Amino acid sequence: MADIVSPLPGLVATIHVSAGNTIAEGDPVVTLQSMKMEIPVTAEVAGEIAEVLVAEGDEIDTGAVIARLA
Amino acid sequence: MERSGPLFRKVLIANRGEIAVRIARTLRDMGIPSVAVYSDADADAMHVEAADEAFHLGGAMPAQSYLNQERIFEIAREAGVEAIHPGYGFLSENAGFARRCAEEGMVFIGPPADVIETMGSKIAARRAAREAGVPIVPGTEAAAADAAEIMAIAADLGYPVAIKASGGGGGYGMRVVQQDADVESALEGVRRDAGRAFGDATVYVEKFFSPAPRHIEVQILADTQGRVTHLGERECSLQRRFQKIVEESPSPAVGAGLRARMGEAAVALARHVGYQNAGTIECLVDDQGAFYFLEMNTRLQVEHPVTEEVTGVDLVREMVRIAAGLPMSVPEQGIAPRGHAIELRIYAEDPEKSFMPSPGAISEMVIPELAHLRVDTGVRTGSKVTVYYDPMIAKLTAWGADRDSAIATLKQALDEAQIAGVKSNLPFLRRLLDRDEFRAGQIDTRFVDENLASIMAE
Repeated sequence: MADIVSPLPGLVATIHVSAGNTIAEGDPVVTLQSMKMEIPVTAEVAGEIAEVLVAEGDEIDTGAVIARLA
Repeated sequence: MERSGPLFRKVLIANRGEIAVRIARTLRDMGIPSVAVYSDADADAMHVEAADEAFHLGGAMPAQSYLNQERIFEIAREAGVEAIHPGYGFLSENAGFARRCAEEGMVFIGPPADVIETMGSKIAARRAAREAGVPIVPGTEAAAADAAEIMAIAADLGYPVAIKASGGGGGYGMRVVQQDADVESALEGVRRDAGRAFGDATVYVEKFFSPAPRHIEVQILADTQGRVTHLGERECSLQRRFQKIVEESPSPAVGAGLRARMGEAAVALARHVGYQNAGTIECLVDDQGAFYFLEMNTRLQVEHPVTEEVTGVDLVREMVRIAAGLPMSVPEQGIAPRGHAIELRIYAEDPEKSFMPSPGAISEMVIPELAHLRVDTGVRTGSKVTVYYDPMIAKLTAWGADRDSAIATLKQALDEAQIAGVKSNLPFLRRLLDRDEFRAGQIDTRFVDENLASIMAE
């Protein structure tokens, strides 16, 4: 079980995964928007998404858990 | 004859941050009451205090606040506003907003709406430049259909050529091609990236400059009496990923002859499109001193202070005068630059983490007060830099009798400046100023991106 965390403060612009999806290393999990930039957050390891903990439009901080892998 | 009272009863500043503070300063100098607007995120912002009155716009997201035309006009009517200054970004190049100002019986402090529209279209702007006799970057004006057509165009222009996405600003997704054999795969790549990013896979082809060109732009002013003049150039070649970092005037690469030629071309284009108010004509300049029109920005530029410092002209004041129907106070033959001015843009970003945005609360901000150093900012100790807006938080502009003394002032400013709580590009700028190429003025649009690793390592 591993967490996918936010590398910076930002707004959740797009969520690319949902619970049950299988993802590979490097797959986009969410796209964050911060200061007019779009920043993709990608999976560091492969796995299955157990839970997505953010919603589009959320403002999240550095280190916030975006999703949990099963 | 000039009116005896203020030029406008009241002016609304439809912007935030440093530019809203800067516009408020000139309005105060002119004796014109100013109105600030602010979002939820900016309730305690400096620009709110800088104006005589302030009104709440709405939510933090730009669509709910600084782009919310309904609300802006509601406030403008309630406050009895006679004119609106849009600053840069947000609604500044929105022809619909300019038109709506007129419908609401207010003056838009900027060019006529139809000129904003023409210059906002890449194809229409290139056509206007050609009609005015201004050289344009060689390339196609229509979409290129397939690889064969691109090869035919390249045969005309000569390799290398750049295949670019129509929907992309700057150079996003662009591919540079050296020979026929590479066209097919480059075209596929641009289409794939463009389709993903803008939902539009249309491409066009342009000459690719090798060696890299400089980005040099000309400031123009045009009044409603038909006077058009230019205030010289700004060198803006130092960019990181198409984002300007350092700007200066005059350009180390422009002498009196080239300045006159670029200035004449800029004035010709402004006249041709019926321009009024302040505007900027951006050009690429090659290593032979030939220049090519890139685009026109129909608004006040971020980097306008360097022009102000070497000409002594307050551009915001001229914009307001022109919008009020007065003649510009600049002589039509223009003003030769005096001394040298260089501007540094301070961004809340982390150079150590590939320049990722670094929003947060500023726990300490110290910018030294130095002779000939101008500071434009919208933040201070205690301010919050939010995720909602641009990462640019301050501009430091030094004036010197020559380029070296302006650089010396900036170095001292950077050595003494402190920003804590958010990461900033201060240390990166300090290293950049020490580069031999910068000291020698040998810079081009690819310099920072191509030397990033070695600048960071210094």
